[in-house]
Amino acid sequence: MNLTLKVWRQKNAKTAGKMVTYPANDISPDMSFLEMLDVVNEGLILKGEDPIYFDHDCREGICGTCSLYINGRPHGPKQAITSCQLHMRSFYDGQTITIEPWRAAAFPVVKDLATDRSAFDRIQHAGGYVSVNTGGVPDANEIPIPKPIADEAFNSATCIQCGACVAACKNASAMLFVSAKISQLALLPQGQPERYQRVQNMVAQMDEEGFGNCTNTGACEAECPKSIKLTNIARLNGDFLTAKIFKSEEIHA
Amino acid sequence: MSGSTQTLSSSIGKKLIMSLTGLFLCLFLIVHLSGNFQLFKDDSGLAFNDYSHFMTHFPPIKVVSYLLYLTIIVHSIYALILTINNRRARPVNYVIQPKSPSIWSSRNMGILGSVLLLFIVIHMGNFWFSYHKDEWFKNHEGPKMPFKEYRTDLKTGKLVSAKQLPQGEYEYAKYVDVNAQQEITIAKDLQAQVIFSFSSPLYVFFYVIAMAALSFHMLHGFQSSWQTMGMNHRKYKPIVNQIGIWLFAVIIPIGFAVMPIVYYFTKR
Repeated sequence: MNLTLKVWRQKNAKTAGKMVTYPANDISPDMSFLEMLDVVNEGLILKGEDPIYFDHDCREGICGTCSLYINGRPHGPKQAITSCQLHMRSFYDGQTITIEPWRAAAFPVVKDLATDRSAFDRIQHAGGYVSVNTGGVPDANEIPIPKPIADEAFNSATCIQCGACVAACKNASAMLFVSAKISQLALLPQGQPERYQRVQNMVAQMDEEGFGNCTNTGACEAECPKSIKLTNIARLNGDFLTAKIFKSEEIHA
Repeated sequence: MSGSTQTLSSSIGKKLIMSLTGLFLCLFLIVHLSGNFQLFKDDSGLAFNDYSHFMTHFPPIKVVSYLLYLTIIVHSIYALILTINNRRARPVNYVIQPKSPSIWSSRNMGILGSVLLLFIVIHMGNFWFSYHKDEWFKNHEGPKMPFKEYRTDLKTGKLVSAKQLPQGEYEYAKYVDVNAQQEITIAKDLQAQVIFSFSSPLYVFFYVIAMAALSFHMLHGFQSSWQTMGMNHRKYKPIVNQIGIWLFAVIIPIGFAVMPIVYYFTKR
């Protein structure tokens, strides 16, 4: 396959970036999208040019590090996969592929296609955990949890923090991410003691980071590589308003 | 107190304000449509003009109407604040047009809302202001909204006569003429203004366009407001979605759009 790439090149956070066109020749349709970029980078290095900088780690769709905005969609044209799971057979010979970084005020560009997503870490630090020592492995079925609730909590827990929801959202809102992190604990007994403080702290941090406001367009749900559902956002809204209006829980210092 | 200010200044709190004001406006749509259906009564506007007087002079309704105007303003201002915040959240736009699948109306609530705000301003100027200006500015130049006298037979309840009164000072009145066994109603003839406005094809066209905007605004807005309030029920949320589509995005906009169209073709 021979392709034309239009890639966002930006030296660092301070300098302005621009789109640069590169040819990608002799690409195997069986390559992953990241392997295709590796091939292009090898060519650039041989020519003595600066290779295209992009985030990647596990390359099997579980770490949430890869983050490419390909032809107007986060993680490319396929549903429920990450960029590293995207194969070149999803494109056609001679196609022009546009690759951009996530665009959000809260995700500043580090270099080229890599963005600083530590805003998500800070939201997690604000309360996305259970503050007790876990101890040893408990016996099976010691804490009874109905199967549908366990499944729902598990589905929410599959969020890999990649930020595709923010990238897809027209408002760069992080609500799908935050709602998944809220839900995975709010649904389970272990998450109950801190449930209402957690939601207030995490939403406060989310607002602090400069993400936009959710307008329930559903673009995030459509682009999430882990198919996190919009119902999580309803659960987050419900918990937040319950905490703020009906429970009067103070935010701990 | 600081807790409550944090609630309403947070992103979800601002959305809650949008949601609650939006639902109040939805409720108003039902009242406004059901009341205005009296325009279709074949009684030379007696029921409609009587109803207009009631809606503008009954004190509890006056209070609610001013609450309604406030709600429209708050809904618009918060929409503006949220939109500005959302633009700030993405300072550098994508080079390529985003292709993530989402419903068109959900992405264009601001444009649809702006069309509706423009419509509300023109609509209120045309009917609400015209109706009130003779009372507010007693000595204004220019024509005043005429009054109409209706005579209804007390025995049969049928309308006997309806005649426009000559220009002059009148008050709303309803009394019985014992000799003639007739009930006499004198009311400001707002229906005449409706007939006049809906005789203009441009105006009718604008109304129909505005109601199309209302339809798309409701298509997203109604279910979205329940989502913002945290409604997440396996059985009832789908019902809310259907109400949003069929009642608020189909029946109500069509009901409103039919008024100018029918008046244009029958009363001109």
